[in-house]
Amino acid sequence: MKSLFFGGIHPADKKELSAGGPPLRRLEPKQVSISMSQHIGVPCKPLVGVGDQVKKGQKIGDGEGLCVPVHASVSGKVVAVEPRRHPSGQEIMAVVIENDFQDTPDETMACHEDYRKLNLEEILAIIREAGIVGMGGATFSTQVKAASSMEKVETLIANGCECEPYLTADDTLLRNEADRVLAGMHIIRHVLKPERMVLAVEENKKEAIEGLKKALEKEKDIELKVLPTRFPQGAEKQLIQAVTGREVPPGQLPAAVGCAVFNVATFAATYDAVVQGKAVTERIVTVSGEGVNHPGNFRTPVGTSYADLLEAAGGVKAETCKVITGGPMMGYAQDDLSVSVIKGTNGVLGLIENVDTGDYACIRCGKCLTVCPMKLQPLHLFEQIQLENKKGMEYYYLMDCIECGCCSYTCPGKLPLTSSFKAAKQKLKEER
Amino acid sequence: MNYLVTSAPHLRSKTKTGTIMRDVIIALLPALLAGILRFGSRAILITLVSVAAAFLGELICDKLIYHRNTLPDLSWAVTGLLLAMSVPVSIPCWLMAVGSLSAMIVVKGFSGGIGKNIFNPALAARAFLVLFWPVYLTRFPAGTGAVEEGTERVVSQISAGADLVTSATPLHHMQIPALPEISLKDMFLGNIDGSMGEICTLALLIGGVYLLLRRVISWRIPVAYLGTVAVLTFIFYKGEDPLMWMLYSLMGGGVVLAALFMATDYSSSPVTPVAQLIYGAGCGILTVVFRYFGLFPEGVTYAILLMNALVWALDYYTVPRRFGTGKGGSRA
Repeated sequence: MKSLFFGGIHPADKKELSAGGPPLRRLEPKQVSISMSQHIGVPCKPLVGVGDQVKKGQKIGDGEGLCVPVHASVSGKVVAVEPRRHPSGQEIMAVVIENDFQDTPDETMACHEDYRKLNLEEILAIIREAGIVGMGGATFSTQVKAASSMEKVETLIANGCECEPYLTADDTLLRNEADRVLAGMHIIRHVLKPERMVLAVEENKKEAIEGLKKALEKEKDIELKVLPTRFPQGAEKQLIQAVTGREVPPGQLPAAVGCAVFNVATFAATYDAVVQGKAVTERIVTVSGEGVNHPGNFRTPVGTSYADLLEAAGGVKAETCKVITGGPMMGYAQDDLSVSVIKGTNGVLGLIENVDTGDYACIRCGKCLTVCPMKLQPLHLFEQIQLENKKGMEYYYLMDCIECGCCSYTCPGKLPLTSSFKAAKQKLKEER
Repeated sequence: MNYLVTSAPHLRSKTKTGTIMRDVIIALLPALLAGILRFGSRAILITLVSVAAAFLGELICDKLIYHRNTLPDLSWAVTGLLLAMSVPVSIPCWLMAVGSLSAMIVVKGFSGGIGKNIFNPALAARAFLVLFWPVYLTRFPAGTGAVEEGTERVVSQISAGADLVTSATPLHHMQIPALPEISLKDMFLGNIDGSMGEICTLALLIGGVYLLLRRVISWRIPVAYLGTVAVLTFIFYKGEDPLMWMLYSLMGGGVVLAALFMATDYSSSPVTPVAQLIYGAGCGILTVVFRYFGLFPEGVTYAILLMNALVWALDYYTVPRRFGTGKGGSRA
């Protein structure tokens, strides 16, 4: 049986721009600006002040609730603690560190060669303390997600789909450091006790798949699932459907269907934290797009500015009209290159083509229905939103929308479907 | 450096409304060509008149109603072609122009333009023409070289005050009811009389397959429509052979043209999968009912127009199953 989810689209993946290439280069920015908001929830409170000397990996921000701590990604001196522009567009408190290029390590976190000697609470505590969040871009606390799905998980899924065009960060990780990912999966398995472990990859990552097949010859308990390339395969609900055939009921979490999904980079970070005693201070970032001179992937300290990152990729071409964080389907456009990398930043793209977003007419072709992975009717939702009819929005399940952008992508009338759904959902949430 | 800040997605498919309509025009070309081969230069003339009038109608609506340039969407050309293809080539040019203009201005323009019209513009205009000028719409000239003569004959009959029914097309025969003395092969290849675009089943099917391959239409409406007509005419056959009656019923009138190109019109057809099946089946049932019990031999126009009126309700009551509420929704 072929593994499929509903709907979806298949745009040109443009992965060839940044895939492969020379070994990963680690960036060494002069200055990093570490945002206190790198997770879903209330921002951290800074734990350091201007003038403080910090070590690489030192905790510099923490808080309550869903909050996940942040760490210094370089060693050096704190030169500012002030609101800075965040990828979301807001001004959010950040700790700015002048790099001393010494990489003096912070040794608060211990190494645990054998994680099986730790009890589950200890492992979860390490995951939080190391600042691990969903590294695929969702940035939800990994500790909270794991703790809430304990004893409910039958299938543990590692998400290596990377279905967004242009992005090759997860691909790079799987090609170069798959052992970290697999080791991380074993640690999470130890915590969640699933019956089955699946590593899901889209079939366009040929080299990574070859490498994984070899690596998994010895590890029979991890199942490699090669899925047909289709967006939004990497969306949590869609991936669960593609792998298990189960649909997560509306308003519920993956645990409701016995699943837990973590991004491959999240597993790698879990391994680093538990076994190596390292906090999340860097990640692989794809810098790509037709507007970038030398696209590629970089091992990037958290807090590196987009300006530094784009410069490392040979700078942007004059015709670049848009800079985007994340993929082109769901990413956010940026107008300020002082914005810096956070834990969920998988890509920074320079695009030369502005898409046609003219407000034309709906011709009722129904293509939006066929591509919607949530089986919604975008054309009718759009109509209800224009009428500001809340009952109508509910009738057509507005809140089920995952904002993947497939409807807008495919609409021949070029209607602003996805953006209107985002705005309407936000409004409904605020009113509740 | 000023970078644009727009909302995601930052990618859009290259397909525009004009791209889709261009595909529909391409898909209509084989049937149009078959009509021209059979009916000669007269077919070219009335097609040009119809498309030109549709262009003019759209232009008028752009200026007075839409206040934007909708000409690149090419939907006016599709309507112009469809209307020309669904009338006898003997129709006077002035009447062809009246039909096209009323399709674009009254049916579509007054509804608010593309996507907003409840009724298929070409069919609604055709119904209007049949209502006021039935004589021109229900007489068919004989094809292949006989066009001039045919036109003359019709005109002379009209001026002589001849009554409505003169049997010429296979459907006229079938109202008797009797199968026409035309071979199945000729029916399939279009060596028959009828409206210019409806005669050649082969050419229509080629166009239909093209639309399916290009994903302009889904299989649901045409298959439900043609399937229903096939089943009903097979069960309630007239004459001796149910299979023959079914095949002649499918190929003898405008039902193939309608099922592939008219009933699938975006604006006036439903979008949910279930609604599309019901709508197609409804068109099929009504077509057979009108053909069997109606005044005219052809039932397609009124069948589709009636179903057009139900589209909103069909869509409204067939919202697809919500994600996560069906099988596999729970931990099975």
